[in-house]
Amino acid sequence: MPKARTTKKFLKFTGIPLAIFTIVLVVPFVNGFYYTFTNWNGFKTTKLVGFTNYADSFADPKFWVTLRFTAIFVVVSLIAVNAVAFGLALIVTSKLRSRNILRTFFFVPNLIGGVVLGVIWQFIFNSALVSLANKYNWELFKQSWLQDTNKAFWALIIVTVWQSSGYMMIVYITGLVSIENDVLEASQIDGASPLRTLFSIKIPLMAQAFTIALFLTLRGGFMAYDVNVALTDGGPFRTTELISMHIFQDAFLEGDFGTGQAKAVIMFLVVALAALVQVTVSKRYEVQR
Amino acid sequence: MNFRARLGKRITFGIGSILAITYFFPFFLVFVNSVKLKYDILANPLALPVQISWENFQQAFAKMNFFRSLTNSLIITVFSVSLLIIFSSMLAYYLARTKNKTSKYIFLILVASMIVPFQALMIPFMARFAPLVSYNNRGALIFFYIGFGTALSTFLYHGFISTIPTEIDEAASIDGASDMVAFWRIIFPMMRPITATVAIINALWIWNDFLLPRLVLDEPSQTLPLSTYRFYGQYTVEYGQVMAGLALAVIPIVIFYLILQKQFISGISQGAVK
Repeated sequence: MPKARTTKKFLKFTGIPLAIFTIVLVVPFVNGFYYTFTNWNGFKTTKLVGFTNYADSFADPKFWVTLRFTAIFVVVSLIAVNAVAFGLALIVTSKLRSRNILRTFFFVPNLIGGVVLGVIWQFIFNSALVSLANKYNWELFKQSWLQDTNKAFWALIIVTVWQSSGYMMIVYITGLVSIENDVLEASQIDGASPLRTLFSIKIPLMAQAFTIALFLTLRGGFMAYDVNVALTDGGPFRTTELISMHIFQDAFLEGDFGTGQAKAVIMFLVVALAALVQVTVSKRYEVQR
Repeated sequence: MNFRARLGKRITFGIGSILAITYFFPFFLVFVNSVKLKYDILANPLALPVQISWENFQQAFAKMNFFRSLTNSLIITVFSVSLLIIFSSMLAYYLARTKNKTSKYIFLILVASMIVPFQALMIPFMARFAPLVSYNNRGALIFFYIGFGTALSTFLYHGFISTIPTEIDEAASIDGASDMVAFWRIIFPMMRPITATVAIINALWIWNDFLLPRLVLDEPSQTLPLSTYRFYGQYTVEYGQVMAGLALAVIPIVIFYLILQKQFISGISQGAVK
């Protein structure tokens, strides 16, 4: 093909999406890196400041609270969401006649945005449970869970599991049904118990589903914002702020654009590193068929 | 069926049902309390309504500007998803069919960009786009969704196009069809299943998104999640009205899901496996 024609075809098919992608995503991303080394105030930069913004970020004790809280949240939600989702997938792929109805019930929370879910659960923790606890004398719920940092953490986990397990369930269902029937029959004929089949046949053969679900929950955990805002709003006393919310507060409410962006870059590096490690490790367990 | 298998089935059914009830319970609370008076809600949030009052719904409808937010959500979702389908299918077609270094690198950059959290660039993003946003904020938001959605959508289309034999393109070009005609008349209709996947995954994301609209949209352009959140912030103590507002926020998407249930499930499982 002549050069002019290939270029024309390239522009016709890719011009608009690539231009928008570059303007919306690539440029701000590169800008963001650059700004962290300057005294950017949201409008203009006048000089380079080296690593000052990063040093300021790490000198901020609240940032450490957030980092620690986010790390624990990511690990616990990763384990909880995937354990529950895998269990749900096993129930829904069993021979029950009601399996499709059950699947719908498990999936529906996932359709609804985190804000609405967060608000629903705020009502449950702040009002419904408290009023029931006073009526029936349940010590555990007499005071709202959202007023105590540790309990608010578990509230976040509960809502996250409720929201995300349906989606990950679908990922695991896809993995489970992709296993050929003759493999399962062979293991049955060889006298493998259901548990043995699960651990020695099903899980290794569907390792790819685990790679994907773990990746999605890892990323989701780091990026969690909606539920955090709507459920705890960082309270009590900014002790339950996940990293997204922390960056938002820093930049848009307190106007610290430089440190806010430095923290955003730190977040990006942590997410990229964690995802890379997770995918490399999980890939090792995938069986070639 | 032997005894053990039957017992196993019973136990699975029991656990499944308990879990299903647990998963549904929060919605039950919302719906039940949305038609109760404030006093009755506080007295016992679990009790069924003594008398059904639609007052809460009327209030919520008006105060959260339900129809306006619903229209905004619909406009933004429909336009963003349609444009994403048009642009990313073309991009993916080009990248999958033109095997050279440029295509390979563009594809790699797109895939790599999926790991970047929006939060990592939202600050420079807002600084840069403030003028555009103040010019037309719904239009700007649609533009942003195309930018942020391109990578995943292109990736999904790319995987699917690789399964369509190139002989089809060649036949079309021998018959004298131009590139564009061949793509829209012949290839695109063959991609219906993946188009459904792309549409559902993006629609769910855009319909429910909160952070980006929160930064971009002004009050008259609010989408449903924003107006729900705002309504809740203002009327927290009016439990009944809040519950009615939440019910209103939940109902449209659930109806949509129940109609298209099969496509949803297969869309997500296809989207996830790729």
